[in-house]
Amino acid sequence: MATTIAQPPAQPIERENYLNKHYGVGSWLLTTDHKRISLLYLMSITFFFFIGGFFALMIRLELLTPAGDLVQADTYNKLFTMHGMVMIFFFLIPSIPAVLGNFLVPMMIGAKDLAFPRINLLSWYLYIIGGVLMLHCMLTGGVDTGWTFYTPFSTAFTNTKIVEAGLAIFVAGFSSILTGLNFIVTIHRMRAPGMTWSRLPLFIWAHYATSIIQILGTPVIAITIVLVAVERTLHLGIFDPKLGGDPLLFQHLFWFYSHPAVYIMILPSMGIVSEIIACFSRKRIFGYGFVAISSISIAVFGFLVWAHHMFVAGISVYAALIFSLLSYAVAVPSAVKVFNWTATLYKGSIRYDAPMLYAFGFLGLFTIGGLTGLFLAALGIDVHVTDTYFVVAHFHYIMVGGALMGYLGGMHFWWPKISGRLYPESWARLAALIVFIGFNLTFFPQFILGYLGMPRRYYQYPPEFQVLNVLSTAGATVLGVGYLLPMIYFLWSMRYGKPAPDNPWNAAGLEWKTPSPPTTYNFEQEPVVTWEAYNYEELDAPQPGGSH
Amino acid sequence: MDNPALLHHFATEEQQRDSANLGMWIFLATEVMFFGGLFCAYLIYRRWYFGDFAAASTSIDAFLGGTNTAVLICSSLTVVLAIWAAQTARRGLLLVMLVLTMIFGVTFLGIKAKEYKDKFDEHHVPGASFSFEHVPIPGHPLEYADPKHAQIFFALYFVMTGLHALHMIIGLGIFAWLLWMAWKGRFTPEYHTPLEIGGLYWHFVDIIWIYLFPLLYLIDRHP
Repeated sequence: MATTIAQPPAQPIERENYLNKHYGVGSWLLTTDHKRISLLYLMSITFFFFIGGFFALMIRLELLTPAGDLVQADTYNKLFTMHGMVMIFFFLIPSIPAVLGNFLVPMMIGAKDLAFPRINLLSWYLYIIGGVLMLHCMLTGGVDTGWTFYTPFSTAFTNTKIVEAGLAIFVAGFSSILTGLNFIVTIHRMRAPGMTWSRLPLFIWAHYATSIIQILGTPVIAITIVLVAVERTLHLGIFDPKLGGDPLLFQHLFWFYSHPAVYIMILPSMGIVSEIIACFSRKRIFGYGFVAISSISIAVFGFLVWAHHMFVAGISVYAALIFSLLSYAVAVPSAVKVFNWTATLYKGSIRYDAPMLYAFGFLGLFTIGGLTGLFLAALGIDVHVTDTYFVVAHFHYIMVGGALMGYLGGMHFWWPKISGRLYPESWARLAALIVFIGFNLTFFPQFILGYLGMPRRYYQYPPEFQVLNVLSTAGATVLGVGYLLPMIYFLWSMRYGKPAPDNPWNAAGLEWKTPSPPTTYNFEQEPVVTWEAYNYEELDAPQPGGSH
Repeated sequence: MDNPALLHHFATEEQQRDSANLGMWIFLATEVMFFGGLFCAYLIYRRWYFGDFAAASTSIDAFLGGTNTAVLICSSLTVVLAIWAAQTARRGLLLVMLVLTMIFGVTFLGIKAKEYKDKFDEHHVPGASFSFEHVPIPGHPLEYADPKHAQIFFALYFVMTGLHALHMIIGLGIFAWLLWMAWKGRFTPEYHTPLEIGGLYWHFVDIIWIYLFPLLYLIDRHP
């Protein structure tokens, strides 16, 4: 206990690692090292997160009072549109795969890099090109259709910059496709000897499932954007009912990607939670095979439920019934995961470090988000709450309460590996608590607002909704503080944090068998895997004559 | 023997080749979904407005389209022969086959351009100047096709064939690069992965055309 290890004098000679091997802007902008590209992504998505957060702040400020006093209706339309587009396409979708996935997929399977390092760099540049286009679009007028850009409003009526925003999303989409392609090939072809499919960490299974959605879903939104752009510029009539076209076709094509896109956000987060819960309960994950397969089945079922976004749009009752049933079916693999995580906790020796707090937050919030999703999959209730704040609250519980909590948990869990430094644990626990409280305060009132009938996407509302809206705005402020804190102490720790040991959590997994931070090629020599995933019982068994 | 083309993060040449091939196949799956959205839109409107689509279909030149189909099938053959030439270390044949493939590709685009020009002259390009008046529906000589619905056909025709042509142009770029690599003697019986995956791409673009041709040109044609 009282083993204060005598620190070597300040400025020890640093080992060569991926961060200090080369210096200079060029060594970053032209790098093909997956770890450096991951950090490039980290900086870019954090930038866009704060842009999207700024729009969210403006929305919440406007909704503080029933009257439309901060912005005009047109501006408000742009605010929620840009909030959605930035957060979905430029933050949530790349967040976990492109940052943590990029960093960890090769390390977890014992590879030196992704299969196509140059394509990996290309995907970051595509993301940046898309991002610059999006910024330009926002600064020169923005878009006011909602992130869904439904036709014919988007093609025949609005005067805002649909084509440019579409192009930005189109380009960023190819970045996402290339990341998914890289992951699939890497997981198939680059595994170290002994790293069989049944020994893969669940983080890898989750990213495999995510990649399937990225490569099969994203091209559909790409072609849909092409059609919208062509229709808008040339008035062809493909989606215009006046010319014989069908706006519902647009909605089908749009949601064919955009519903599975939700699983692009949540599946990697589930992968992170599996890693964290196993590590901080010191147990093998309960039902490994079921958790692995449930990721794949979420990806498969996720492609078959898109029309539940269209129950009131005029699709046939029979189609609605089938899509309702299939939407319920997605709940099965999701529940399998939640129950298996819970069973993993059972009789585990649980530690409440910051990553685990985020994982617990994920469990609670994802469960609420998932269960309210079942309300929405039910045809009768959906008619009542379509386009109300109930829907807004539901998908924020999944995307923010689920995906973002997992992302933050993962950032804390792997930060010592990424940066080679330890973050201040007590601040991190405090931040996790603030995020959890702020999140619930922001979004739980919105369930009630929605159920009482407050529609989404309006900048004014009747005075009786004010109390709940004030609660929500107050919560958003707390949440904002909760998000700023980790950014501050992560940056702080890069300079002042204690040097991290190679395996600060005593975690299983190949990535922890590398130095912190890792060397450029990750492993001194190709690792050979002879153990099962999450062998915590073995790790914690008393070592002969050793202690940690 | 040390292969300069073996990248640092691969253990063996076989692993590198397998990765490249798998990567290309996955990219093609992406492409299938990309074109799939268009095929889906096409099939829905074709079912709704069959007569109008059939009438519009008769106005495009099936002979030129058929010729182009033959041209592309020939180009696929030359691609396969190019790969065979690389496998059997016949550099001369490899260069000839690559050049032939590119000639077929350019021929296809030339014929396509001619078709587009005809459509432009006939005011069949969707937009303000579009006109498709008094064209009877095949099999129903007294009924005229609805110009609005015919416009949807032409919109899809131009988007689908246009996107296909764009893929052909990219393919020509890839093959120009392959030709340059082959000229420098980079391909050996042991290492010709770029030829294989470039060939996969080329075949894929051909197959898209094999579907486009009957769907667009031969809807309800009777000799």
